[in-house]
Amino acid sequence: MQTLEPIIAELPLFKGMKPAHIQLITGCAANVRFEAGEYLGREGQPADKFWVLRQGRVALEIHAPGRGLLTIQTIGEDDVAGWSWLVAPHQLRFDIHAVTATRALMFDGKCLRGKFATDHELGYELMQRFSHVMLRRLEAMSLQLLDLYGDHYGEHD
Amino acid sequence: MTDQPLTQTDAPREAGRADGPDPMRPALFRVVRNRPETHDTFTLTLEPEAGGGTYAFQAGQFNMLYAPGAGEAAISMSGCAGTVTEVVHTIRAVGRVTKTLQRLKRGDALGLRGPFGAPWPVALAEGGDVVLIAGGIGLAPLRPALCHILDHRERFGRVSLLFGARSPRDILFAREIETWRGRFDVDVEVTVDRAGPGWHGLVGVVTTLIPRVQFDPASTAAFVCGPEIMMHFAVRDLERRGVPHPRVWISMERSMKCGVGFCGHCQFGPFFVCKDGPVFRYDRVAALLGTREV
Amino acid sequence: MPESPGAKGARVTLEGGDLDRLFAALRARGYTVMGPVVRDGAIVWDEVSAAGELPAGWSDEQEAGRYRLARAGGPALFDWSVGPASPKGSLHPAGVTLFRARRAGRDLQLLPGDAPPPQLAFVGVRACDLAAIAIQDRVLLGGPIQDPVYRARREGALLVAVQCGRAGHTCFRASMGTGPAVTSGHDLALTEVVEEGRHVFVAEAGSPRGAELLAALPTRPATEAEAAAPAAAAARAAAGMGRTLETEGLPALLAKSLEHPRWDDVAARCLACSNCTMVCPTCFCVTTEDFTDLAAGLARRTRRWDSCFSIDYSYIHGGNVRSSIRARYRQWLTHKLGSWWSQFGTSGCVGCGRCITWCPAAIDITEEAHALRPRRRAKEGSRANA
Repeated sequence: MQTLEPIIAELPLFKGMKPAHIQLITGCAANVRFEAGEYLGREGQPADKFWVLRQGRVALEIHAPGRGLLTIQTIGEDDVAGWSWLVAPHQLRFDIHAVTATRALMFDGKCLRGKFATDHELGYELMQRFSHVMLRRLEAMSLQLLDLYGDHYGEHD
Repeated sequence: MTDQPLTQTDAPREAGRADGPDPMRPALFRVVRNRPETHDTFTLTLEPEAGGGTYAFQAGQFNMLYAPGAGEAAISMSGCAGTVTEVVHTIRAVGRVTKTLQRLKRGDALGLRGPFGAPWPVALAEGGDVVLIAGGIGLAPLRPALCHILDHRERFGRVSLLFGARSPRDILFAREIETWRGRFDVDVEVTVDRAGPGWHGLVGVVTTLIPRVQFDPASTAAFVCGPEIMMHFAVRDLERRGVPHPRVWISMERSMKCGVGFCGHCQFGPFFVCKDGPVFRYDRVAALLGTREV
Repeated sequence: MPESPGAKGARVTLEGGDLDRLFAALRARGYTVMGPVVRDGAIVWDEVSAAGELPAGWSDEQEAGRYRLARAGGPALFDWSVGPASPKGSLHPAGVTLFRARRAGRDLQLLPGDAPPPQLAFVGVRACDLAAIAIQDRVLLGGPIQDPVYRARREGALLVAVQCGRAGHTCFRASMGTGPAVTSGHDLALTEVVEEGRHVFVAEAGSPRGAELLAALPTRPATEAEAAAPAAAAARAAAGMGRTLETEGLPALLAKSLEHPRWDDVAARCLACSNCTMVCPTCFCVTTEDFTDLAAGLARRTRRWDSCFSIDYSYIHGGNVRSSIRARYRQWLTHKLGSWWSQFGTSGCVGCGRCITWCPAAIDITEEAHALRPRRRAKEGSRANA
């Protein structure tokens, strides 16, 4: 576990946090690997974990009846997968699917949530940082929704 | 003579005389090739009708292509810039003119006026990293810039091409993108907004690629071309990475009827997009872009 | 500059009854003569072959959104303010065929457009329209690329100016920097004097061509009183101007007022009918149109006046950039009074007041520009339109 601490301290998600908090977070972290095709989590499952990808590519997918599996977004190195652990009812909203062989740091969200009760500052810090992640993700999705290159975009004709 | 007001010209007047070429009269060109790119885009390769003629332009400039009876459309060149014998345009068939152009066959004649507009400032980008960000058909006007950079690769630092398409079937220049990917000296990232099960590439809007590529923000020049709102968000994400506004150039789209500043249509605040643009340094137009319906 | 009889500065007098000789002299020199005539209840420009066709005894009443001809009687031919038309209608025609294209198999042949225009002389150009022509010269001929349609009509055109002796109520030319006096751009300047049964024109050449023309007319040296007529007329006109426009710092003010609430206010009144741009002597926007004669395999490309008020003006595939009237009025006004400066080094407005007179909603450009100014303190408030 000691070896993960400097790595975690340098992750964009945690960069600049107090050493004591980094230590706490490190206590809830583990290195994991997924083969291509493996699922990190499935829609509807309890959301007790989140991942920060170190290498590889992961797709956030949703199953639409009649249309099959749709990829909403792909994420990669340094990106965060999973935020449902932070918000009740702590249930995954999407499938999290490794597209390629993937290495990640996995964090035990349940363990961190437990610590928030006594360490509000840690809770606030992480809430801030995850809000930022969510905001960026939401922004990107809004742009996707706009169908930027749809029929309204062409040449000056 | 030159300081005399126009009304003092007493020379016998030849009615309709024009001292310069008529900027509204197209030159005749002929289709050498018309190749489909995707389901709604195609690439026209043209040569001067006279034969053996050359044509000079810079990356990022555009022509007014005239389809008889249908009208004209402003289309950027998508072929490598310089003095060329063939002019290449990659066009999305979305309107009357472009759909007429799409039907042209080898040997068909058409009209062409140009080149018009301000180019990508490729020389200003020398010595630093370059990030090209393209959305949809916006890859076509950037292709001559990439072509120039790859032809003079040693003059530039890291080079990245970030391309976003609507769906896998909308990926422009797919084969060429694979060639670029195969080079070790250019970082090519492609993403699509919508993907079905068969797609194994990236999914997400093109701006999500900006944090993924390596460049030195202080020395980077970014060339962005795509829908205005995409460019807006791309500039914001470049800013988050530390690329200052004066190092970002965007290519604007506005209605154009003449290409030379006479018709008024392409006005954008004090600018005529046809002659002051279409490529603008971002900081010069940032305030206008932030105002609706300018 | 070589001095010659009738050169600039020497004022001569032409009897009112001899004005016809001017028309004859112009025709003899190959000009098609354009002049003011009464038509459809307004004074407009048309081809004129004799002085008898001019609007003798006609005057007009103008206010925002209002134009009425008035029968004043008497011999005066130019006792009216500018009507809806200007020389722009001939120099920058509302419609012109750019070229024709003939398709034969895979080949394409480009054929000429409209027949070459005649050489035009305009009689009765007011100072505001001289200024407007100077502005269009800059826009259409001032850059590295010139508009051949305008050039072909403008190059040989001869301008006979007439000094305004009274101002229309919507006119604010005095605010636009050069006053109502005819000072430049003309080949010949006339000042009409009607008094005590006398009807004369005080004439002055503005160019060698004007001097040559003047030399061919039956004139006599102007008396001292007659020589003072142009200045007196200009002073009368200046005093009668119903409106002012404060131009100080206006481009900068407009550039930073793009989100001013006044645009919503004017948008609620503006009908986006484009009348203001059609009557404006400097508005230059055009669009292109294509016509096909399938049977003959002939295509025609035309250009016609367009307006930034028309919804399609800003159309790019899928939508219009300026879909609201607010945005279109803002474009027109900020361009005319603001960005025109950075584009062409001049204002786009000459203060002729046509846009005010011919606006069916009586929108007043001077009032709209003024409303964008920060409110003055109460003490200075009396200067504002309040």
